[in-house]
Amino acid sequence: MINFEYTRVSSVKAAIDVLAKNPTGSFIAGGTNLIDLMKRGVTAPSRLIDINNLPLKQIEETKTGLSIGALVINSDVEENDIVQKKYPLLAMALKAGASAQLRNMATVGGNIMQRTRCTYFHDTAMPCNKREPGSGCGALQGYNRMHAIFGASDKCIAVHPSDMCIALAALDATVHISGPKGERKILFTNFHRLPGDTPGKDNTLLKGEIIAGVTIPENNFIKNIYYLKIRDRASYAFALVSVAAALELSGETVKNVRLAMGGVAHKPWRLTEAEKFLTGKRVSKETFIQAAEIAMKGAKAYGHNNFKLKMAPAAIVEALMKAAG
Amino acid sequence: MSKEKIIHCKNDSCLHEGRRDFLKKSSALAALAVASPAILKAAEDDEKIAAWFEKIPLQIEVNGIAHNLNVEPRVTLLDFLREYLHLTGTKKGCDHGQCGACTVHADGKRINSCLSLAVMNEGKKITTIEGIAKGDKLHPMQEAFIRHDGFQCGYCTPGQIMSAIACIKEGHANNEDEVREFMSGNICRCGAYPNIADAIIEVKNGGYEL
Repeated sequence: MINFEYTRVSSVKAAIDVLAKNPTGSFIAGGTNLIDLMKRGVTAPSRLIDINNLPLKQIEETKTGLSIGALVINSDVEENDIVQKKYPLLAMALKAGASAQLRNMATVGGNIMQRTRCTYFHDTAMPCNKREPGSGCGALQGYNRMHAIFGASDKCIAVHPSDMCIALAALDATVHISGPKGERKILFTNFHRLPGDTPGKDNTLLKGEIIAGVTIPENNFIKNIYYLKIRDRASYAFALVSVAAALELSGETVKNVRLAMGGVAHKPWRLTEAEKFLTGKRVSKETFIQAAEIAMKGAKAYGHNNFKLKMAPAAIVEALMKAAG
Repeated sequence: MSKEKIIHCKNDSCLHEGRRDFLKKSSALAALAVASPAILKAAEDDEKIAAWFEKIPLQIEVNGIAHNLNVEPRVTLLDFLREYLHLTGTKKGCDHGQCGACTVHADGKRINSCLSLAVMNEGKKITTIEGIAKGDKLHPMQEAFIRHDGFQCGYCTPGQIMSAIACIKEGHANNEDEVREFMSGNICRCGAYPNIADAIIEVKNGGYEL
């Protein structure tokens, strides 16, 4: 690992100030992604700003929903009573991610900020427009089994690897951000971005900003939820395809529905059109199949990931069936 | 260039600067250093001084023993345990958080020590495989692994055992499926999984104090 300087900060303001003075520096919280990337030479910050002492470790119920600090570790969110009772989709998605050890280290903010697991991004001998703009995309013509089928560009077909983020996108969460110019918030679904011509940017966080936390609005997605994750082994692997499905049923009728997919795009992929179609419909496998067809419009595969064009709609149907009970 | 640093270190102000800033500034002084025999001699200590500049004080408790040391920020907790404290029971497998061989407990929580910097564990209490037996009396999980033949080559075993103890303490060892799910961060290339799961279930049901 290329050496770096290290600063420990204890307030959000200090964190922002130190980063402003060290534009090539980086925040570090759990470190599970950043240290891995630094060991591989994918990134080499000049200074690590350790934010683990910042007061962003609370999970609180508010008047409008739930507030989770950026530094709450993944396992604490997953095990939290309120999360388990009122936001079970989030708990289920978190449990599907990583290993018990990593969930004890990885924070909510870090999970949101984690980089793609595209092997071309991780291998510094390979071209990658995300790691080195202009060098080309190794995955486009390469071994792209894990890669995107929605929203990709000819510059990048990487996917966002998170499970937690898929649930947060489905639950209409908001990301709260602090920066040199004050505080702002952004809808979770607008936080991450598509690669376009600038795949180096994973998200819309501006230089010098820090994630303070996320909020989730209150909802009735308690009983009929499911997070389906399809992967190469039973546990501890990144998703080939994942589906977060949340239904609010009135008898046999879909009163409200949320659907989001992981492993298919550069950002958590919300299935808005399928949601519109399902709202007000009666629960049936045929209806879910139609919704999946709608969701798959515009999908495009790149060779090794052709199987995702079949796996994704099947996963949508299965997740909805499991959610419907 | 080793000589550069020595000269600049005579200026106390550099003690408060980072090494990169310091190198930038000192490059202008490089020419001065070349001719001076005294400084060339001093350059022998260069690496020591350079290392001193990069080190951060760390207070950490490992297996009940308090340590006060200076470490480079890039030293992982795993390397700190193995190279600084010579506690080589904790193993380096993949060094990328994929295998679990480096699992230790930090303030009671199991973590991958390869993905944590030592300096990020300031003030924490670390428990490694060396810290779980009571004198010559093995920990119940160690005994169960022996009884159930929960290993072949043994390389993953320290990580498996540390993870297994935490798995039970967390309340995630209620049946074999749950054990397998919550032990998935520990890879065993010999494939001793059935015996590892048996050992964990036995300890769970044995009502031991872990």
